[in-house]
Amino acid sequence: MAIELTVNGKSVKTDVDPDTPLLWVIRDEMKLTGTKFGCGMAQCGACTVHVNGETRRSCVTPVKFMEGSEVTTIEGLEGKEASAVQKAWTGIDVPQCGYCQSGQVMSAVALLKKVPNPSDEDIDTAMNGNICRCATYVRIRQAIKNAAKEV
Amino acid sequence: MRHLFIFTAAAALLTACGDTASTGTLETVSTPAPRVQVSGETLAAPASFNSITNESERSAALFDEMFKVIGHPRCMNCHPREGSITQGDDMTPHQPMIVRGEDTFGAPAMECSTCHGSENVSYVGMEGSIPGHAPWHVAPLEMGWQGLSVREICEQLKDEDRNGGRTLEDLHEHNAEDGLVGWGWNPGEGREPAPGTQAEFGALTQAWIDTGAVCPA
Amino acid sequence: MGTVFNPSRRGVLAGSGALVLGLALPLKGKKVLAQTSSNPFAPNAFIRIAPDNTVTILSKHIEFGQGPWTGLATLVAEELDADWDQMRVEHAPADVTKYANVLFGVQGTGGSTAMASSYTQMRQAGATARAMLVQAAAEKWGMKPSAITVSDGIVRGSSNSATFGELAEAASKIEPPVEPTLKAKKDFKFIGTDRPKIDSLRKSTGTAEFTIDLYRPNMLVAVAAHPPAFGGTLASMDDREARNVKGVVDIVTVPQGVAVLAENTFAALKARDKLVLNWSDDGAETRDSAALRQLFVDAARTDGIEAAKTGDAAVALAAAEEDGTFIHEAEFYFPFLAHATMEPLDAVLERAEDGSVDVWMGSQIQTIDHGTLAAVLGMDQSNIRLNTMLAGGSFGRLATPTAHFAAEAAAIFKASGMDRPVKFMWTRTNDIKGGYYRPIATHKVRAAMDRSGDILGWEQTVASQSLTKGTPFDTGAEVDATMIEGIKEPYYEMPDHRLTAHMVDIGVPPLWWRSVGHTHTAYVMETMIDEMLEKQGLHPVSGRMRLLKDPREKAVLARVAEMANFNRKMNPERKLGVAVHKSFGTYCAQVAEVSMKNGKPKVHKVWCAVDCGQPINPNVIRAQIEGGIGYGLGAVLFDEITLGQGGKVDQSNFHDYRSLRIHEMPQIEVAIIDSDENPTGIGEPGTPPIGPAIANALRRLDGTRHHNLPIIGLNDPVGV
Repeated sequence: MAIELTVNGKSVKTDVDPDTPLLWVIRDEMKLTGTKFGCGMAQCGACTVHVNGETRRSCVTPVKFMEGSEVTTIEGLEGKEASAVQKAWTGIDVPQCGYCQSGQVMSAVALLKKVPNPSDEDIDTAMNGNICRCATYVRIRQAIKNAAKEV
Repeated sequence: MRHLFIFTAAAALLTACGDTASTGTLETVSTPAPRVQVSGETLAAPASFNSITNESERSAALFDEMFKVIGHPRCMNCHPREGSITQGDDMTPHQPMIVRGEDTFGAPAMECSTCHGSENVSYVGMEGSIPGHAPWHVAPLEMGWQGLSVREICEQLKDEDRNGGRTLEDLHEHNAEDGLVGWGWNPGEGREPAPGTQAEFGALTQAWIDTGAVCPA
Repeated sequence: MGTVFNPSRRGVLAGSGALVLGLALPLKGKKVLAQTSSNPFAPNAFIRIAPDNTVTILSKHIEFGQGPWTGLATLVAEELDADWDQMRVEHAPADVTKYANVLFGVQGTGGSTAMASSYTQMRQAGATARAMLVQAAAEKWGMKPSAITVSDGIVRGSSNSATFGELAEAASKIEPPVEPTLKAKKDFKFIGTDRPKIDSLRKSTGTAEFTIDLYRPNMLVAVAAHPPAFGGTLASMDDREARNVKGVVDIVTVPQGVAVLAENTFAALKARDKLVLNWSDDGAETRDSAALRQLFVDAARTDGIEAAKTGDAAVALAAAEEDGTFIHEAEFYFPFLAHATMEPLDAVLERAEDGSVDVWMGSQIQTIDHGTLAAVLGMDQSNIRLNTMLAGGSFGRLATPTAHFAAEAAAIFKASGMDRPVKFMWTRTNDIKGGYYRPIATHKVRAAMDRSGDILGWEQTVASQSLTKGTPFDTGAEVDATMIEGIKEPYYEMPDHRLTAHMVDIGVPPLWWRSVGHTHTAYVMETMIDEMLEKQGLHPVSGRMRLLKDPREKAVLARVAEMANFNRKMNPERKLGVAVHKSFGTYCAQVAEVSMKNGKPKVHKVWCAVDCGQPINPNVIRAQIEGGIGYGLGAVLFDEITLGQGGKVDQSNFHDYRSLRIHEMPQIEVAIIDSDENPTGIGEPGTPPIGPAIANALRRLDGTRHHNLPIIGLNDPVGV
């Protein structure tokens, strides 16, 4: 049974095993590799995408639940919050190894769309689901604030 | 690893590599029985309390029986009074840190639905599952239970200011019919279900109400 | 050797007019390198200037977050007088004859040596290229080279100017200078000033390519099941159900376990779940953590192999005791720690039509990985191209002296028949349960301090696993240097000092973990000193200053105390803790401001003063201090790998092996001491002081001595 969804504005029809996590549809089938695998159990946030505008951990989201959904990955990110976040990220060199940063950026953009001027507490509650083993957290916090000013 | 010395031969490497690979299967063994979820406890039927002749005492005893469910990690985990919620059979702090949020559905950009879907989803490639139900959220602050005594929780359940504005009839319906409450008996791989069944829990709730909804001392 | 590298294979060179430094270099350099690794300039294959005016650095160091790409580009750009925007970096191929770490002798990254080992080498490379460009311009314009200037990537004569790209072809025919002149510090334009990182944009847009991101045509995905106890082996298997999973291509057994090869990741994972595996524990390490812990604790209670001795500590301590001086006795326990890199271990292997093999992986010690791949595949090393990839963190994890991951990947690829490319990846569970941990370490210390703050005697025994024994890094030393680094020659005055060590042999594979032995030696030294000073009513900073020997160490301590305004009046609910420790040649002092909130530690702020010699890029130095503190903090507070019944690892993922999260990260303020000394390490030195700084603050808050790590364990969130 084929599942139809929209990824980065493009209509996609997939006939993979419906239990396949969205993560692996995005990566293995569509070769959109910005979204990363880190834990497989919604602990680290490396696989974060937007589904109908909301943050979603794609590693625990079977594609069968995505029928008709609009999925945005880091490759399809656009808008003033996205460009402000990515500009802020490079502006103060947030990334170290960089592996978690797609997920961090996805969460940060979603936060700014909902809370234009986030407090430290807003940042804590929104971003603590995204692990960074390089501990770039000081700069993530600063970059979100810089991006908020830009927006 | 400050002091490295000139690395010499492949001989040292070979010791680290072991034998070369082979393909194919080894001896076949029988497949073990699949994992079955077994609840640790059962619920007594309301009739089994008929031997308690004093109605108030019987009512309190019925609540004690209900508390096997209410106090179970499946229910208690999402009824925190403050701070982060807990998770798992051992009620450890939820990872990642979760807040109730203004609408009980989590924080902006870290909603419950960021991770939890409309049904339980087994992890791929490892044991366990992430629980899910629609809706999935934290109990409102005034309905927090963690750390309270049985009596305190019982009193709170009857207090419309602290039970979501429910009459006792509504409370029965909630316990007997609510989907998210019902999830407690279908919690997914890796979690112990609440004792008994939701129907039994509903029947106990009704019997407790019918006997005056008395709280244990 | 005909060419340094094959341009058509790398497919990057835009045309024939490229200046490929190294191609033009005299081959005598190779001979020099073979004799000794101390000559850093031969042959030089680090720079490529293309006609499109890009300058590409071939990085001999793997980039996994510590910034060597930016650092190496900075060094070259400095001497080349390049424009920063024209700088590019990519990983050098695996070739020890050209890309050996001058401090190791093998091609590899680690021990925080990337800048230390490249400082002169890469500057010489840049200066050489600059001289050749200038000579080419001089010949073209009929001028003296001395009349030509270079700045911002433009070569200028009196009335002419040219870009590097325009001069590249001509420059490639110029004889390189024997001794290129290096700039004086006063002329530095790039070195010592903040420089944006060269890989930030691609890492902020999801376009940086890691090993896991490679999708070769017709590629299979492989995942593995490993024995639950270290050293276990497969006894029997029923893979019928697994083979029935749609998309599964093959299931193979290798010495390391069982691997599923499938058309996609989901099929491979699903099939692995359906494998019925019986493991044999014959020869496996089946002891649980309680038993192992006891083994190390007992070892530290007995005299070990003498590793250092000055004066006579036993006599000095006996005399102190007789005088009624308090004898501090303490035991410390440090648990296994996993590295838990964000990108799980992975590799992609592919056989070309001519039978040669490409391997892409985050290789940290290319020389060993390369040799191992060749050995397992049964091929000549020259037929295997090891392509180093950006990696999602290492913290030591990718620097495997046994090349166990390359060996496993190669074994699976070989078993697959090598007809299709294979991506082999570990899952998080493989990673957390997979061993190669920072080993358990125990310390026992007896020491005394008099009222003036002099150390009267110091006896210490450490017990841990050797990280090098039986590996190519084994020096044959009786005591592995990595388990006593930081305390072998105490940085405090202690005339009567004795250190002994036990190398405890157990079946759990150990590995270096960000700052290696300093993870425990600094903790012991800095908490002991702090407790002893407190006992004598002496100041934690001035008491240390009295005892420190090295002026650079004193300088970072003085600076951090000043930054934190250490003697200010504090809210009684908060305390400051201090620690200072030199590692990898770098001096690092930290002060942590800590409180208890809801019975849990909350680290509000950390100040750090660091002296890593000539700063190359302060931006990266600050980032490494921030990251090193966060990495150490999470481990010290939460983390412990434990072995349960039968030696099975209890933890499996980030829910039970905690990573520090953003709400637990303190504010951090870093001061970098300017220095003319050669650069030293920066990837690791930020990690050792944070544990003792926090432990010292906590003890000053409530009197509790934290001698057993982790400080609070898994289930207590910090300051929520």
